[in-house]
Amino acid sequence: MSDTTRAYRRRTTGGVLTTLTWLLALAFFFPVAWMAATAFKQENQAASDPPTWFFTPTLDQFRAVIEGGSGVYVANSAIATGVSTVLVLLLGIPAAYALSIRPVEKVSDVLFFFISTKMLPVVAVIVPIYVVAGQLKVLDNIWTLVVLYTAMNLPIAVWMMRSFFLEVPGEVLEAASVDGAGLMRTLRSVLIPMVAPGIAATALICVIFSWNEFFFALNLTASRAATVPVLIVSTMTSEGLFLARLCAAALLASLPVILAGWIAQKQLVRGLSMGAIK
Amino acid sequence: MFRPPRGKSAPGVSVRATAVAATATVALALSGCAGAGAVAGGEGEQIVVAIVSNPQMQDAISLQDEFRAAHPGVDVRFVSLPENEARAKITASVATGGGEFDVVMISNYETPMWAENGWIENLQPYIDDTEGYDAEDFVPSVREALSSDGDMYSVPFYGESSFLAYRADLFEEAGLEMPANPTWDEVRELAAELNEPAEDFSGICLRGLAGWGEVMAPMSTAINTFGGGWFDEDWNATLDSPESREAIETYIDTVRTSGQPGAATSGFGDCLTRFAQGQSAMWYDATSMVSSIEDPASSTVAGKVGYAPAPVAETGTAGWLYSWSLAIPSTSEHKDAAWDFVSWMTNKEYIRTVGEEIGWERVPPGSRLSTYEIPEYAEVSQAYADATLESMNGATQESAMTHPVPYPGIQFVGIPEFQDLGTRVGQQMSAAIAGQVTVDEAIAQSQRYAETVAETYRAQEGQ
Repeated sequence: MSDTTRAYRRRTTGGVLTTLTWLLALAFFFPVAWMAATAFKQENQAASDPPTWFFTPTLDQFRAVIEGGSGVYVANSAIATGVSTVLVLLLGIPAAYALSIRPVEKVSDVLFFFISTKMLPVVAVIVPIYVVAGQLKVLDNIWTLVVLYTAMNLPIAVWMMRSFFLEVPGEVLEAASVDGAGLMRTLRSVLIPMVAPGIAATALICVIFSWNEFFFALNLTASRAATVPVLIVSTMTSEGLFLARLCAAALLASLPVILAGWIAQKQLVRGLSMGAIK
Repeated sequence: MFRPPRGKSAPGVSVRATAVAATATVALALSGCAGAGAVAGGEGEQIVVAIVSNPQMQDAISLQDEFRAAHPGVDVRFVSLPENEARAKITASVATGGGEFDVVMISNYETPMWAENGWIENLQPYIDDTEGYDAEDFVPSVREALSSDGDMYSVPFYGESSFLAYRADLFEEAGLEMPANPTWDEVRELAAELNEPAEDFSGICLRGLAGWGEVMAPMSTAINTFGGGWFDEDWNATLDSPESREAIETYIDTVRTSGQPGAATSGFGDCLTRFAQGQSAMWYDATSMVSSIEDPASSTVAGKVGYAPAPVAETGTAGWLYSWSLAIPSTSEHKDAAWDFVSWMTNKEYIRTVGEEIGWERVPPGSRLSTYEIPEYAEVSQAYADATLESMNGATQESAMTHPVPYPGIQFVGIPEFQDLGTRVGQQMSAAIAGQVTVDEAIAQSQRYAETVAETYRAQEGQ
C-alpha cells in the first residue's frame, strides 16, 4: 500500500469521524434547541402534528410562568442551592484535607464509607425520610432541603476535593512549614489558592445538583418551600395543552445553571482536567 | 406512583449527619425557621390546598381573589401538580399523617377507602351547618360514590361518565344511523364500515395504553356490561369467565380491526388529538372530552359531533363514574377555614362565578344538577349536556353491572391493591392489542394476577 493511499484513507476516516461527531453533537443538542423553540410558540403550535417549524415567536408563555407566582419557587431554589453549597464546602474541604494531606487512620475505609452513602437508591429511603420529617414538623420547610442537599452533595465534594489536594506537591507545604506558617496560615495563603479551580469546580457541581434536584423537592415540599423543578411539573396537566408553557418554564429554570457554567468555564476546565495545579 | 430519582441517590444517616445537623440547627436558629414564602401570609389562618392541575382547577386558582374577598381571615395557598404526582403526594401525606395539607383533591376511588381508614373528615356535619349549600343538588350517583354510611366524606368539584362521541356529519354522509342505545356489536360493525386505513382514518378510537386509569377504564365498562367482572360477590377472580372473555375479545378485536394505528400506546390524550383532528369516526371515552373537542381553537370537528350513551351488551347502561372531589384530611388544624374553602369551590355560586368571569363553557360539569338548569350553560352545552347528565345518572353499579360485587367502583375496583393490579392487567391487554401476546394468554395471565389479590380478600372474609 502506497503512502498516498494511506494518507487518503486517514483523511477519509478523519472526515467520516468529524461528520459523525457533528451528527452526534446535533442529535444531543436538538432536544434542547427544540425546547427553546417550543417555549416561544403558542400552545396549539407546540402540540401540532406534523410539528410546526415556522411561527411568529411570542413571549406569552414566559409571561404566564413569571406572573404565575414563580418568585417563591426561585427564592426557595436559590436558598436551598446557595446555603447547601456553602455548607458542603465548609464541611467538605476540611474533611478532604484530613483524607489527603494529613491523612487520618484507615483513610480508604473512611473514603469508602463516604461514597457508600450514595449507594442506596433515594427512592428506598424517601418514605422513612418523609415520615421522620413529618414527625419533626419540618415538611414543606426549605431548611429540610438545605440539610438534605448538603448531605447529598457532601460525599461527592469530599472525593473531588481530595483528588485536588493530592495534587498539591508535598514540598510546597514543607516549605510553608519551614517558613513558620501554621495550619491556618498554610491553608489560607498556600493551599486554598492552589486548589481554587478545584473548589470552583466542586461548587459548580453542587450548585447544579441542588438546583436540578426534583425528587426530594417534590415529596417533601408543598406550598412554602417548593423549588423550581416542582414549578416545572406543576405547569403540566393531564387534560389540555401544556407543552409550550412547560418548555418556557424549563428554559427559564435552566438559565441560571447555564449562566453559572459559562461564568465558571475557565475555572472549570482547569479544575476538571488532570494536573490542574502543576 | 413515585417518580424515579434523577441520577442522585440517598443521603445515608451517618456520622457526618451530626455535623450537618449541628450546622443546620444554627442556620434554623438564625433564620427563625422561616421558609422563603412563609412571610407573605400576614395574620389569619393559612390553609394549603393540594389539587390536580387540570384546566378547571387552574380556573379555581385564578378566581382565588373572590374567595379572599369573602373570607378575609383565611389565607389560601395552592399546590397544583399533574394527576400522577398529585395522587402520589396526597396519598403519602394523608396516609402517614404528614399534615401539609388542609384540603386535598381526591377521587371517588380514594374517598370510600380513606373514609373507612379515618384519614379524612366526615363532611356531613359541615354540610348540614352550611346554609344554602344544598348537597341534595349533587348528581345522585356522584353523591352516593363519595359517601360512606350516608355521610359525605368528600364533595364533588366535577364529575364525569363515559360516552360515545361520533361524527354526525360523516354518519349522515354515509347514510348510517347511530342507534339511541348502541350495543358493542353495533359499534363494532359501524367502526368496520367507516374505517379507511388507507386515508389514515379510523372507524373508532379506543384507549390501549397500559394503566388502570387508561385502557382498563373503558375495557372494564365493557366487561361489566357483558356480564363479566373483575371479582364476583365471593371474591373469586372472574376475568376468564365466558362473559369477561367475550367483552375483552370484542374490545380488542374492535380496536385491532377498525381502531387507530398505534392503539397499544394511545391514551386519552392521543385519542383526543386524533378525534379532534378529524381522523376518527367514533371515540368512546370520558364525557370531559367535550371541553376540548367542542372548542374551535383546538378542534376541527367542533359542532359536527353527536353523542350516544356508552356501548352496552347485557345491561341498560355501561358508563363509568369518576369525580374529582375535595376532602379535608383529619390532620388539618384549620378545619373550619378548610371547609370555608371547600364549600366556596363546590357551591352553586361558584358555578355562576366561573360562567360569568371566565366563560360558560369552562364551568366544571357533572357535579350539580342545578348547573344543567342555568340557561347560559344550557345554551353552550346543548350538544352534550343531556348526554352527559344521562350517562352520569346511569353510572351506578346496579345499572351498569349484571350482578352485585363486593367492592365500590365501576371502571375500577375500590381496593388499595387495584392501582397495581389494574396496571399489570392493563399491560397484558395492551400487549394483546399490540399483538405481542394472544388474547387468551393475556386473559390467563390477568386472571392469575387477579386471583392472587382475590385470595387475600377471601382469607379476610373467612375470618
